[in-house]
Amino acid sequence: MKLFKLRGGIHPEGRKASSADRAIRALPLPPRLYVPLQQHVGAPAKPVVQVGDTVLAGQLIGAGQGNISAPVHAPTSGRVVAIGDHPAPHPSGLSAATVTIAPDGEARWFEHDVPADPFALTPDDIAARVGAAGIVGLGGATFPSAVKLKLSRKSGVDTLIINGGECEPYLTCDDRIMRERAAEIVAGIRLIQIAVGARHALVGIEDNKPEALAAMRAAAAGTGVEIRMVPAMYPMGWDKQMIQALLGREVPAEGRSADIGVLVHNVATAWAVQQTICLGHPLVSRIVTVSGGAVAQPCNLEVPIGTPVQALFDACGGFASTPARLVLGGPMMGHQLTHTSVPVVKGSSGVLALTQAEIGLTRPAPCIRCATCVRACPVGLLPLEMAARIRTDDLSGAVALGLKDCIGCGSCSYVCPSSIPLVHYFNYAKGELMAQARSKLKQEATKKLAEERNARMERIAREHEEAAAARKAAKAAREAAAKAAAATEATA
Amino acid sequence: MTPLAHSPHAHAVTSVSRIMATVMAALVPATLFGFWLYGWPAVYLWTVSLLAAVAGEAAVLAFQQRAVKPALLDGSGLLTAWLLALSLPPWAPWWIAVVGSLFAVVIGKQVFGGLGQNVFNPAMAARVMLLISFPLEMTTWMPPMGHLPGVLDSLAVTFGGQHLDAVSSASLLGHVKTEFSRGLDLQQALAGHYAPLSALWGWRSGSLGESAAPLILAGGVFLIARRIITWHAPVAMLAGVALPALLMSLIAPGHYAGPVYHLLSGGVMLGAFFIATDPVTSPNTAAGQLVFGLGCGILTYVIRTWGAYPEGVAFAVMLMNAATPLIDRYIKPRIYGRTRTGETLVVEAAKKDAA
Repeated sequence: MKLFKLRGGIHPEGRKASSADRAIRALPLPPRLYVPLQQHVGAPAKPVVQVGDTVLAGQLIGAGQGNISAPVHAPTSGRVVAIGDHPAPHPSGLSAATVTIAPDGEARWFEHDVPADPFALTPDDIAARVGAAGIVGLGGATFPSAVKLKLSRKSGVDTLIINGGECEPYLTCDDRIMRERAAEIVAGIRLIQIAVGARHALVGIEDNKPEALAAMRAAAAGTGVEIRMVPAMYPMGWDKQMIQALLGREVPAEGRSADIGVLVHNVATAWAVQQTICLGHPLVSRIVTVSGGAVAQPCNLEVPIGTPVQALFDACGGFASTPARLVLGGPMMGHQLTHTSVPVVKGSSGVLALTQAEIGLTRPAPCIRCATCVRACPVGLLPLEMAARIRTDDLSGAVALGLKDCIGCGSCSYVCPSSIPLVHYFNYAKGELMAQARSKLKQEATKKLAEERNARMERIAREHEEAAAARKAAKAAREAAAKAAAATEATA
Repeated sequence: MTPLAHSPHAHAVTSVSRIMATVMAALVPATLFGFWLYGWPAVYLWTVSLLAAVAGEAAVLAFQQRAVKPALLDGSGLLTAWLLALSLPPWAPWWIAVVGSLFAVVIGKQVFGGLGQNVFNPAMAARVMLLISFPLEMTTWMPPMGHLPGVLDSLAVTFGGQHLDAVSSASLLGHVKTEFSRGLDLQQALAGHYAPLSALWGWRSGSLGESAAPLILAGGVFLIARRIITWHAPVAMLAGVALPALLMSLIAPGHYAGPVYHLLSGGVMLGAFFIATDPVTSPNTAAGQLVFGLGCGILTYVIRTWGAYPEGVAFAVMLMNAATPLIDRYIKPRIYGRTRTGETLVVEAAKKDAA
């Protein structure tokens, strides 16, 4: 099968062996589940339950609001014990609105209607069910899937690509789900295909997952879903890289893949779609890889959303050594966890406890312009030049070099011999630009208000003057008339 | 609480000192061969160069109140001094090495702001400075494997200012240039002085680094294999020398030497693999490096053939160093989803329909 030429990319050490052969295990229910109301891109969900309510597994607890949002469901049956702030899985460590549930241990499911023949559903019906089930991109982007389905159907997509790249080191959750639940994934793919009207469906899987490839090929036989092997490299899981590898098509800057007739979904998302449409289960759990050198027994767990991260480490035999860093997600794009009480959310693909040797970052040294970052960048940027601009606070210079096209994949930082935290520079600059844009908007709004006020005051003053002038003129006219009348009388 | 670390939370096994060490390892075979050809004076000169660079860099860093240890440990100063030593006449007096090394690390590098900030290749800047300031010492060459002095006698050569007139000779490039000025043609000039096979192994008067093209080439290939350098600048530089040489030798074979002569003479091989690939002073894209290497090669040929100096690598490299910011300004990679000029790509509707 023809594969197209890729730009940039790196070959980080995979470090997947420790968890790749561990079958998915269901994590026992923790004493409390902390379900944040925002686990997706877009507006947070609005709670529809109250403290003290009894909920069933799969029951709606937070309704999506606005065009881009996703609902949130109870991961198991139990009682709502709190609705309020709880530490969120965010680098800031700040709290976010969270529904806390005390499970009753019975896992009674909410009654969902299940169609007799899922493949006879209309595209709109599938999209509506996916939306109602709170499914978001499980690769980590957490964009509401139903929005993507509707948008893709509207703009006419010919090819559906299912992303089984899993290019992040350590992570094996997609590998395992493809090995163990291939038939469900293929059913999910066919449902998505119906939902968007795509003629072709391709699954791209990296060549470092031969078991997953074999399982998916067996499951896809005769369904029209094509399984394709792609080279293992980072960031193969970047949707645009996967499109390039499989189709050789390039998405225009600032555009979406739908613009070139392609829709990309993650394998785990396809599985979630099948679970929703065929079983009526909304998205209330996900597969999480627990790995890293400091974890006693790395493994893959099926985790109810809202489980504190500590429970995952406990289920893996705790720490073999004191971790130097805890990471939520993969090591390339994941973020550091400051403590283990934060919950697993829909986008959490992995929790890692890394040793210092694995992190391997030393103190930054001067840039020697070796341009390794230029060769590594999958977007075709000049990371060293952008960082040099940002260092001197020349943000517009960095933007001119393409800062806004940076996807933050971390390839440049990974290969930098001087250990310069390039992505940190870029994210700082992007945040700074956003703050500047916001303050500019605010200033403009203030300016507009002030101008309007000035205009209003001027108008009032003018009206006063005009009224005064009119009164004066009327008085003068009256006096003149009286004078004239007096004069006429006198002459008469 | 430890400060929050930013992604990525993994890092390739690489560092600046590892890169410098690899480059130095690649220089070892050619350097040892040079020591064998030119004897103990060459060893002393090389040692003095490296020591002077370390001492000079440490002094400047201490004077600036900057951390001395990390800057010394990165190995960049040592590499600079090593490359400079390879470009010096092997029997040059010790102070040539000291002045050159100090100029390279202090004026060539630290004055610009240290590692990564210099515009010109420090070793080449130092060589050019020495050549202009001390032309006699910089053009007194020794024939290889001549009467090599012993360990102690060699001290007198390097440190004692012993006169070498009795045994010295011109380098091949210098010799040919002189013979041209006497009105001889190429054939006569080369007679008895040039045989391609001995030129290949550097069996003639020249600097340490001019010897043994195969060993320099092997070092370069090693660096390409280890992904420390890419093939672009070296290949372009060799082509930049060879193509005009071929063209001119076809036009006037009696006056212009061919590509093999040019490739195997002087510092072309060392320049192509170890100088033009200096990351700090060369462009940062593959296309830019091709332009840079080609420029280095062509300028080297032009200076050798029509310039006042017999050898032109150092001048050519410095001229192209000066052009590097310009090359980097105009040659940039195309950004994904955009045209070369930065405009958003237009989706070809036809392409979409056909699929």
